Amino acid sequence: MHFSSDLWQTKVGLAEMLRNGVIMDVTNAEQAKIAEDAGAIAVMALERVPSDIRMQGGVARMSDPKMIKDIKAAVSIPVMAKCRIGHISEAQILEALSIDFIDESEVLTPADEEFHVWKHDFKVPFVCGCRDLGEALRRIGEGAAMIRTKGEPGTGNIVEAVRHFRMLKNGIHALTVTPKEELMTAAKNLQAPFELVQYVAENGKLPVPNFSAGGVATPADAALMRLLGAESVFVGSGIFKSSNPSKVAKAIVEATTFFNDPNKLAAISENLGDAMQGLDIKQINEKDLMALRGW
Amino acid sequence: MKTIGVLGIQGAIEKHIEVVRTLGDRAVRVLEKEQLKQIDALIIPGGESTSILSQLKWYDLFEPLRQALQEGLPVFGTCAGLILLAGELDALDVTVRRNAYGSQIDSFKTNLKVEGIDHEIPAFFIRAPRIEQVGEGAEVLSRFQNNPVLVRQRQGSCMAAAFHPELTDDVSVHKLFLDNL
Repeated sequence: MHFSSDLWQTKVGLAEMLRNGVIMDVTNAEQAKIAEDAGAIAVMALERVPSDIRMQGGVARMSDPKMIKDIKAAVSIPVMAKCRIGHISEAQILEALSIDFIDESEVLTPADEEFHVWKHDFKVPFVCGCRDLGEALRRIGEGAAMIRTKGEPGTGNIVEAVRHFRMLKNGIHALTVTPKEELMTAAKNLQAPFELVQYVAENGKLPVPNFSAGGVATPADAALMRLLGAESVFVGSGIFKSSNPSKVAKAIVEATTFFNDPNKLAAISENLGDAMQGLDIKQINEKDLMALRGW
Repeated sequence: MKTIGVLGIQGAIEKHIEVVRTLGDRAVRVLEKEQLKQIDALIIPGGESTSILSQLKWYDLFEPLRQALQEGLPVFGTCAGLILLAGELDALDVTVRRNAYGSQIDSFKTNLKVEGIDHEIPAFFIRAPRIEQVGEGAEVLSRFQNNPVLVRQRQGSCMAAAFHPELTDDVSVHKLFLDNL
């Protein structure tokens, strides 16, 4: 089976190394260097940050390989990049570029509205977004070695990230108190693979690291997601759309480490300049919600 | 029962804590310099060495840690931990090159013979560093294709691995370290 193979464990192994840290969206080599110096544990190379994708519209695709290569050359930390949901060829191109992690991401315009990439076929590990436990386990079933809750990318608004993380956590908790004879029906209701449902029921956690994304704009936002149980935090537009990116980036890294220490968080949050301009989720048309992409 | 600190800045912190508890010792996450005086040994986990090193310096932990190691605090480092012990922390007489095996698609699992362990152990190499030179102050406990992958300082108790024993169910590398305290 896939889940006992050396390859699978090697993929999850890298995800384990990325725990307790911050992964930052960057759009060029200079930003990647700023992120690395600010303590990022990995960078996500993409052409436009989610807030610009949201504003400018159009089809959002995988980044230019040249730009990904420039970023890889600029930093020593792992480099991730995004492919469109279901876009097998974009994923293959990213693997050919020896990227360290592929994000099959709802931030880009989906290439397939029914099927995701079969991720077990790849040597490169994948991370995928989810809004609840069923979605997380479907992605893991297809081979995602890391899960992140989706949030609503490019909004600078943490409300959806909190909603999705609580949904996921409640789903996990419910399984731990579900009697054995009810697990098959739970799997049916979750629309998730039975063996993964069984794993979560027995262990009280996902079989892969569980991160958070979509809406982090301040150190306090990052600390909140960590308090809720996120093992690491992805930050997209929140850094390079703020008035002082390198200061905000460093502060978010510090807050991720000291999420449980309010005195330190108070000092970390001081005097950071303007955070990115945020968006009220209720003002977004449902058709523009990125979190609803994928199933 | 011994109290083992796991440097709690970044990386596979929880995995090491699990292994220490499996072996029957107490494990604590270390984030404050005062804690360095309250532990019998320290583990520096795998993760991103650049981020761990920057944060050690921002939080005024770097100097106290370097000093504690000089004064003989036993330490075990894996991957990023090896890089820091051989580099800036200057606790191990070896030279190391980061990411020398390539990017993630070159990561792999193998089995290793280790001096002092009576069976082959499973070992994951994840974007692993390569130990390029071993000085007179250090000895090699295990090799993979002729490259040293587990080393120990001859004086004191500093041990470091290029691979990740904490990612497997086999706890014998940690046991080797803890038994020698």
